[in-house]
Amino acid sequence: MTSDISRSEFTPAPRVSAVPPMRFETPLVPRNSISGRALVAVVSIMTFLTCLTTGGVILVSQAASAWQADVAREVTVQLIPASGRNIDADVAKAASVVKNFPGIADVRAYSKEQSEKLLEPWLGTGLTLDELPVPRLIVVKIASGAAPDLPQLRSMLKSQVPGAVLDDHRGFIERMRAMSGTAIAAGVGIMILMIAATVLSVTFATRGAMATNKTVIEVLHFVGAKNRFIAENFQRHFLLLGLEGGAVGGGAAVALFAVGALLSRWFGGTAGAEQTAALFGSFSIGIGGYVAIVVQVLLIAGVTAFTSRHTVNRTLEMID
Amino acid sequence: MVRFENVGLRYGMGPEVLRDLTFRIEPHSFQFLTGPSGAGKTSLLRLLFLSLKPTRGLITQFGHDVATLSKDAVATLRRRIGIVFQDFRLLDHMSTYENVALPLRVMGRPEESYRDEVIELLNWVGLGERIWALPPILSGGEKQRAAIARAVIARPQLLLADEPTGNVDPSLGQRLLRLFIELNKSGTSVVIATHDIALMDQYDARRLVLHDGRLHIYD
Repeated sequence: MTSDISRSEFTPAPRVSAVPPMRFETPLVPRNSISGRALVAVVSIMTFLTCLTTGGVILVSQAASAWQADVAREVTVQLIPASGRNIDADVAKAASVVKNFPGIADVRAYSKEQSEKLLEPWLGTGLTLDELPVPRLIVVKIASGAAPDLPQLRSMLKSQVPGAVLDDHRGFIERMRAMSGTAIAAGVGIMILMIAATVLSVTFATRGAMATNKTVIEVLHFVGAKNRFIAENFQRHFLLLGLEGGAVGGGAAVALFAVGALLSRWFGGTAGAEQTAALFGSFSIGIGGYVAIVVQVLLIAGVTAFTSRHTVNRTLEMID
Repeated sequence: MVRFENVGLRYGMGPEVLRDLTFRIEPHSFQFLTGPSGAGKTSLLRLLFLSLKPTRGLITQFGHDVATLSKDAVATLRRRIGIVFQDFRLLDHMSTYENVALPLRVMGRPEESYRDEVIELLNWVGLGERIWALPPILSGGEKQRAAIARAVIARPQLLLADEPTGNVDPSLGQRLLRLFIELNKSGTSVVIATHDIALMDQYDARRLVLHDGRLHIYD
């Protein structure tokens, strides 16, 4: 544009001797500002905590499902001794009836001694229980994937072995289901609160970071940038910040769960590991859990980008 | 180019800060906008720069009634106007080169298409060796020249400057004035808002004098 203008007294100015390898790469929004780093830190921490909560809910849910499945795969036949009947013959008869019923994998009848041993925790040792009508138990394992007709089995036992009672543990399962449902509902509630807290923290941190970029918005506005151009630049910048923070927080959570799963395998068999396994199963959140963490990272990055766009639009409206 | 008809401006429910302004800015013209502090110079510049809308009256710029323009249309129109702020408004994280090239970048032009143009302009304003310097390490005069270069890089038809000599010594002020005169000779209409009488005395140009919100024109 200056070719038709005579050189002013600013010239002859020291000219650049050679054109350096110029690339117009500096982002319109400054990348490494203090507020930007603070935002990354907030997003990282909140993502980490949210992912931990999600992983915890998944672990409890998996463990509860495993407990229920274990219990539901087993039923018990109980026989109470009655006068005039041979309890051993009744046990053998009941075991035979159950064994021949479709969908049954294994039948284990407890002997008199084994049944009496079950009472030891309550009655102590050294007692003679011959005079007591100690019930006899038959533990029945249901074949994997099978759904035997338990009401029919119950009626067969009732007709062929008087005094035999089939217990399908329904009451226990219902109590366990209620307990695990409560635990999962509480976990989901905490997770929702964590996500809400994360969204709010990220929103305010993004607004704080945006405030320091108000000059950039104004200058872009004054040099003729359209609102969409400005908003897109800020949205892209804050999406990258959100993804960076999310990747750090989510990555830390993934690493924690992976290390937990690894340790539980390494220390499997010890008393502590068995207790932990009883509570949390394999301590592995599975593929679904890792996918949930990735989804949360993307969600939080999206919230960051959306908040920045919203704030830019509001700032532009104020300038206009 | 620019036409004001009975324009008035007030902020909120306050008194009118500009009253019954009627004037034109013709193509290739040069004018000083002056008046005491608080007379409304910056408000008038903001009206000229489309960052304010009048509370009454008619403003047309480049044939468009500004009251009916959409936001995108205002942005497009603003590309035909260059503005030099008193406080420069350079972006500190960008080099001098990048700051000056910013108007071309937001137009969507690829860097290769304007690289030589920007370097030539930077040389012309004496910043040839400061191409990669960041604004925080530039002197006041260098910042001023970078801000002027940014304002003119897109070849605006109208150049607005708010107290362009307010932060520089008299010698540099004279040189900047000559720079504006050269730009005007190349076809750009220039409006310089200043209350520097000595500066205005150096060049015989039209004077728009604001006093108590009213405009007095001395051709």
